[in-house]
Amino acid sequence: MKSALIQFPGSNRDRDMVHALASVSGSAPALVWHKETALPDTDLIVIPGGFSYGDYLRSGAIAARSPIIEQVRAAARRGVRVLGVCNGFQILTEAGLLPGTLMRNASLKFVCREVLLEVANNATSFTHAYKKGQIIRCPVAHHDGNYFADPDTLATIEGNEQVAFRYSGGTNPNGSINDIAGVFNAEKNVLGLMPHPENLIEPAHGGTDGRALFEGVLEMVEA
Amino acid sequence: MSIPNEPPITPELVAAHGLSDEEYQKVIELIGREPSFTELGIFSAMWNEHCSYKSSKKWLRTLHTTGARVVHGPGENAGVVDIGEEQVVVFKMESHNHPSFIEPYQGAATGIGGILRDVFTMGARPVAAMNALRFGAPEHRKTRHLVSGVVAGIGGYGNCFGVPTVGGEVEFDARYNGNILVNAFAAGLADKNKIFLSEAKGVGLPVVYLGAKTGRDGVGGATMASAEFDDDIEHKRPTVQVGDPFTEKRLMEATLELMATGAVVAIQDMGAAGLTCSAVEMGAKGGLGIELDLDCVPVREENMTPYEMMLSESQERMLMVLHPEKEAEARAVFEKWELDFATVGLTTNDLRFRILWQGTEVANLPIRELGDEAPEYDREWELPPPPAAPERNLPATDIAEALLALIGSPDLCSRRWVWEQYDTLIQSNSLQLPGGDAGVIRVEGHPKKALAFSSDVTPRYCEADPFEGGKQAVAECWRNLTATGAEPLACSDNLNFGNPEKPQIMGQLVGAIRGIGKACRVLDFPVVSGNVSLYNETNGVGIPPTPTIAGVGLLDDWSKMARIGFAAQGELILLVGAPQNWGTHLSQSQFLNHLHGLSDGPPPPVDLTCEKTTGDFVRALTRKGITSAVHDCSDGGLAVALAEMAMAGDLGATIDPPPGNTPAASFFGEDQSRYLLTIRPQNLESVQALAKAQSISCQLIGTTGGDILKLGDARAISVARLKEAHERWFPRYMGDN
Repeated sequence: MKSALIQFPGSNRDRDMVHALASVSGSAPALVWHKETALPDTDLIVIPGGFSYGDYLRSGAIAARSPIIEQVRAAARRGVRVLGVCNGFQILTEAGLLPGTLMRNASLKFVCREVLLEVANNATSFTHAYKKGQIIRCPVAHHDGNYFADPDTLATIEGNEQVAFRYSGGTNPNGSINDIAGVFNAEKNVLGLMPHPENLIEPAHGGTDGRALFEGVLEMVEA
Repeated sequence: MSIPNEPPITPELVAAHGLSDEEYQKVIELIGREPSFTELGIFSAMWNEHCSYKSSKKWLRTLHTTGARVVHGPGENAGVVDIGEEQVVVFKMESHNHPSFIEPYQGAATGIGGILRDVFTMGARPVAAMNALRFGAPEHRKTRHLVSGVVAGIGGYGNCFGVPTVGGEVEFDARYNGNILVNAFAAGLADKNKIFLSEAKGVGLPVVYLGAKTGRDGVGGATMASAEFDDDIEHKRPTVQVGDPFTEKRLMEATLELMATGAVVAIQDMGAAGLTCSAVEMGAKGGLGIELDLDCVPVREENMTPYEMMLSESQERMLMVLHPEKEAEARAVFEKWELDFATVGLTTNDLRFRILWQGTEVANLPIRELGDEAPEYDREWELPPPPAAPERNLPATDIAEALLALIGSPDLCSRRWVWEQYDTLIQSNSLQLPGGDAGVIRVEGHPKKALAFSSDVTPRYCEADPFEGGKQAVAECWRNLTATGAEPLACSDNLNFGNPEKPQIMGQLVGAIRGIGKACRVLDFPVVSGNVSLYNETNGVGIPPTPTIAGVGLLDDWSKMARIGFAAQGELILLVGAPQNWGTHLSQSQFLNHLHGLSDGPPPPVDLTCEKTTGDFVRALTRKGITSAVHDCSDGGLAVALAEMAMAGDLGATIDPPPGNTPAASFFGEDQSRYLLTIRPQNLESVQALAKAQSISCQLIGTTGGDILKLGDARAISVARLKEAHERWFPRYMGDN
């Protein structure tokens, strides 16, 4: 699998993501600086977590205007898979590649803990290695993860099965509407989620529940 | 705010700069004339307690600072310790007490920023952070605000920068009402042959300024941090710096990238006393002069005076001496990261520190004397004999009730509310999170190695007997590292005390340093870095002596690492290193302190030889894979330790009735050098034989299993009930539910 990882000034879970992709697919992603104006040939584009531009203005807002985002947008239109985790999710919503927005956590505090996720839609290239309704463990670490969408958008997302993951078992850590932890675009080739599957992929992490997400994409690409 | 450039030097102005009459006379003798205003500011910055260690130096020299693994001890930005295979761990703990009291969010945030910079300035990528926090009484009107601001500030900076916070301490005591303590620790990893130092080399080389622009924030901060507080302390808010972790993250990436190009001759971060301290340090260490042209310094405010530029503590800045032929390459790296890069001066061979501004020389000082000839004091000290053990007639204790009260008390309850605001997972190497004996991370890129971190001190012990308290802080840190199976390597000391001009406070400092020195020597646990924070007093009342010890240990194989939680049903619980009756020493315990309001008597003594033998024994068992859980017994004694093991493993235990007839002392005594272990029943005989051969006490005290904790004849408590009591206090206090 060929993957590309976009780096912004302030990205800080880029190394975690590189490690996860390398561990699952056997090859490290190409690193793409945000000022680049072209993407390498790739099966998967990943926007990692962090605090791009220090979260100044709004999380993800400045990064979403970076030169490389136009390329990401074009690639997504062509059907290339795009995964945004945490700050990557925020950037994708700010760029208009995913619906809704991520507000400050309801507690107003940064939260780093393990939560439970329900796999809401497994009929996608990102989630097919999970069972529908499966409950998995996954850590979160964010300050702005409170997902929100207006009623019409929400109805569309729900009606079109665009919800990928929901916080489960009363573990919603941020006040997200409908317990939404991750969403797809309408075509299901772009996924954004607040939790960090890349931090739960090997026994040393205390579990491997996040691994199937990467394995699932790998399997689709290699198939 | 604008400080007029050249006011006349009056006695009042000298005093306002924290210099005594004798110190000012020494300035005049050194330079042979009255200093300019800028020069007075520079002397004030270099000769204050914070930068010069003038009260503590004599005693700090007595510490144990060398060892086979020590690459660089105290005197550099951080200590450097060999972890084998050409790799080193670089670490330090430093206080940011005064600023954090005045402005908790920014004070704590910039404390984290400062300590991270100390680590990556040496060429190491930060891999772990800890913080030791001490607040006033929970009921004090400012405490909640300070807790909230400090924790948010630490999280705000560390999370954005991208370093996992793996451990720390939080305690409350009314004696910190007017002076909270924020001690921040960071550790990084580097290759042994790629360590960068501050010593400048070569004449006529460019001195380059890197990072963020200089503003007026923090002017006079180091001098402020060397003074007592009074009721008008709020007015000092403008001396607190403002942090920008986003810039710091870029500064780290750019610095590490630049170092890889081979362009860097010497590097020093701008911390306390900013440009002044960093330039003097680089020059004085290298036996060179430094000339700075302030017109080249990137500034973010207009009309800054030389005084302000030299004393600004604006954050996220570095000073470097570069190889001139690599300057263009270096500039490109910094431009990529959108950071300022300006050549602001050069190294000279005249040993002078010269400052030019708008074409005139505004300071011309002997550079060595600024650093090395700072005043040094042998302050008067007195150390009263330790208190005798008082006779006590305590009422009979309901052990179960006492345990529930203790684990739900402000000092022993769960700190989850705090550490869930810190990113504990970033970098994907965290093996043990806060809440255990020590934080543990994998050494990235190595299949087996891991590093353990712990920060410890018991201020009430130090107050009752500074020498024993100093010993205990080191021993407990060493013990916590050992409990994970790690070999303790070295430590950093962060000495927080009151006003050293008072003989009884100076006595506390002397006693504690002697205790630390003794323990570090016997345990072979050298001090490789540290920081002294004095004048932690408000309206003449000092904090309890608080010498925080932050230690680092090495696990050669993390798959054998021990955790504190009970691991399986039906395992045997051993108490190692304890007296016949399990526990005996109640003076200065949480039990007497919290439940009976008694704070008299001596702290538990530490037998360092026994500490070492016991710890080595426990570590060896863990490394052989024999222990399934290990926990040290510290604050709150045996009962609290057992409860913590039960809660962490979500598994109960049944403990025998203790020998003797003093169950309160057995369960709540805080005797030192004790560990609790669990092992499989078939290993009992061999473990006890090993212990016997080394004359180590190793008593079988109970069995794991079920969902209740039953301590001898006391009423059983469900693990769920323990957890509820343990988790309740903090969020409720902070108003979360």
